[in-house]
Amino acid sequence: MLELVVFSTLNGVLYGMLLFMLASGLTLIFSMMGVLNFAHASFYMLGAYFGFELARQFDFWVGLVAAPLIVGTAGALIERFGLRVVHRHGHVAELLFTFGLAFVIEELVQMVWGKLPVDYRVPQQLDFVAFNLFGTTYPAYKVFMLVIAIGMFLCLMLVLTRTRIGLIIQAALTHPQMTAMLGHNVPGVFMLVFGGGSALAALAGAIAGPALVTQPSMAALLGPILFVVVVLGGLGSLAGAFVASLLIGLVQTFAVAVNLSLADLPGMAQLSPAAGTLIGDLWRVTVAQVAPVIPYLLLVLVLILRPTGLMGNRET
Amino acid sequence: MFANPFGLSGRRRALKALAVQPILAAVLALSGQSATAQQTIQIAYIDPLSGGGASIGEHGLKHFRYIADQLNAQGGALGRKFEVVPYDGKTNPQESIVQAQKAIDRGIRILTQGNGSSVAAALSDFVAKHNARNPGKEVIYLNYAAVDPSLTNEKCNWSHFRWDADSDTKMAALTNFIKDRQAVKRVYLINQDYSFGQSVRTQAVAMLQQKRPDIQIVGNELHPLLKINDFAPYIAKIRASGADSVITGNWGQDFALLLKAAADAGLKVDWYTYYAGGAGGPTAIKQTGLSDRVFAIVEGHANIAHPPAQAVETDFRPRTGQAVWYPRAFNQMYMLSEAIKAAGDVDAKKIAQRLEGMRITTHNGGIGYMRADNHQFIQDMYIASFGPLPAGAKFDEEGTGWGWKTLGRVEGKDTELPTTCKMSRPY
Repeated sequence: MLELVVFSTLNGVLYGMLLFMLASGLTLIFSMMGVLNFAHASFYMLGAYFGFELARQFDFWVGLVAAPLIVGTAGALIERFGLRVVHRHGHVAELLFTFGLAFVIEELVQMVWGKLPVDYRVPQQLDFVAFNLFGTTYPAYKVFMLVIAIGMFLCLMLVLTRTRIGLIIQAALTHPQMTAMLGHNVPGVFMLVFGGGSALAALAGAIAGPALVTQPSMAALLGPILFVVVVLGGLGSLAGAFVASLLIGLVQTFAVAVNLSLADLPGMAQLSPAAGTLIGDLWRVTVAQVAPVIPYLLLVLVLILRPTGLMGNRET
Repeated sequence: MFANPFGLSGRRRALKALAVQPILAAVLALSGQSATAQQTIQIAYIDPLSGGGASIGEHGLKHFRYIADQLNAQGGALGRKFEVVPYDGKTNPQESIVQAQKAIDRGIRILTQGNGSSVAAALSDFVAKHNARNPGKEVIYLNYAAVDPSLTNEKCNWSHFRWDADSDTKMAALTNFIKDRQAVKRVYLINQDYSFGQSVRTQAVAMLQQKRPDIQIVGNELHPLLKINDFAPYIAKIRASGADSVITGNWGQDFALLLKAAADAGLKVDWYTYYAGGAGGPTAIKQTGLSDRVFAIVEGHANIAHPPAQAVETDFRPRTGQAVWYPRAFNQMYMLSEAIKAAGDVDAKKIAQRLEGMRITTHNGGIGYMRADNHQFIQDMYIASFGPLPAGAKFDEEGTGWGWKTLGRVEGKDTELPTTCKMSRPY
């Protein structure tokens, strides 16, 4: 039992941190510009593919550094010459723009790298067993992912709380109009945040690519869960996004480990409807089986019960 | 002024007619060309070419294209060449039906599909309805891999034919094999959450109960189909259960990633599988280092010493970059070609009539025949084990240096199960 808890925690935290790398950028963009960026997960995918391509041409480490830079620049340019132009026509147009962008990126990726998963490998320097606990090994690459994710979290926190640009971003988060009135270049900040958010997503992609699967559907697989994180954490709240990411990561991982169903609850044995009937079958569905749905259930509940999210202070 | 509504003088009209002529000629030539294209015997290949199932969908397509080339080199059938037309079904029943309709609208009358019993059930139903509503335009559906038993039982219909052994047959063979392995004490079941995975787990529980009541089932897991990127949480759970063996019907990425996660966690158990040999599977098994501890129930593998099959394997690998993984695709296409020749026509009803009861020597050298009562192909089945190549075996898998060897063979006639199929035939 203990080993299951330990490894589920490790796996859950790792998945949660990965989600946070994406959600942090998304929540910043969302709260500043009011745009639900549907293409955010696509930047994550681009990061993985650029990382793969650069690893193939040069080296894994080149990809790790260069892929976020390339994707970040691309993100900034998309904001400057795409989103900002569309901005004049209101939020719906922006939403549709990012929605379309996600499809365009997916098609482009398929055209360049094909529809099959690409062979993005863990670098040899990191291809060993980090530690052995209860007879289960834990790969070094996963430890590396965890370190990068935590490092990124610390950097982001320092930038946002200790630098001038961070203060302006924070100000623009809660009072965008006021910040602009004070003479700050809010469009410039927007571009920076969009580019930075894209770069973070790309970094997540570049490190997740070898551990998960680098394929054209990876954006679509991760995209919906990001919105859950952002809404659950609360709009514009980085701390909220952090907590929500870890929560979703742990809930999903632990839910897989739980075999309980309604029929297993104490005192329910007599009440249980017969197996084979529709209700009887639903009664016996285990938590593990519904694990993939739980985050969305949380999303619905949060929207009904606490629309500001766990830590947000603006209505979503 | 209104006398000439075209606003053209007679001479200019004549000129225009002259100018139109070359275009007309070109159109005629084009339609002539499409007439020759129509003369190929087209087979719509509806399987995942994107998403989580893409790797095996592509692998299957390579098989069908290769076999079509082979048949064409022998002159095709009725003087016409075979042509395989790919459609991306995305492992999705609705999407696959849309693609099937597209193929039918294009005039294709032979469909083939294999990946996903949920897709197969929808397609079989769709084809049956199409045939009932469009007499004279019937379509035949050749299923090379979807193994849900219901397709040849309560859901059977005359236009569906299956070349893979059904899931119950495979589980019967696997559990017979497990029966004699006394080391198996604690079994964990992990399967994909859809009709096929559910049928695997139900049958596994029932058959183990009957053949080895002492075996404890320590886990019975269903996970979403082709949606999991990281199986680490599931592996942690298998490990915690203390299982010594795992039975899984997982295929495609769901098998490769499951084994990849097992390798990462250093999980050492025996694996009893349906589809360990699919794309990515052998590489992942090699990573786990589990030599001769991963077993699969198959209708053939690369190292079965049947000279024609070995020759095909030698030719297939450099051409496609992959190994032969669907010997049944060869059986299917060969029988289709024979049926068309015997019928003298590419007509679904006539082909179906000829396929019923047809006997062949299978790709791997055994006797195979198409059951007339439920359209299930009967063939020898093998229990194969994956590990370092034994002496005399020529083929490894995916460059791992490891390959398949036979541990046991089940005669085709012993795999025949009773059927509840009641089929009405228009022929």
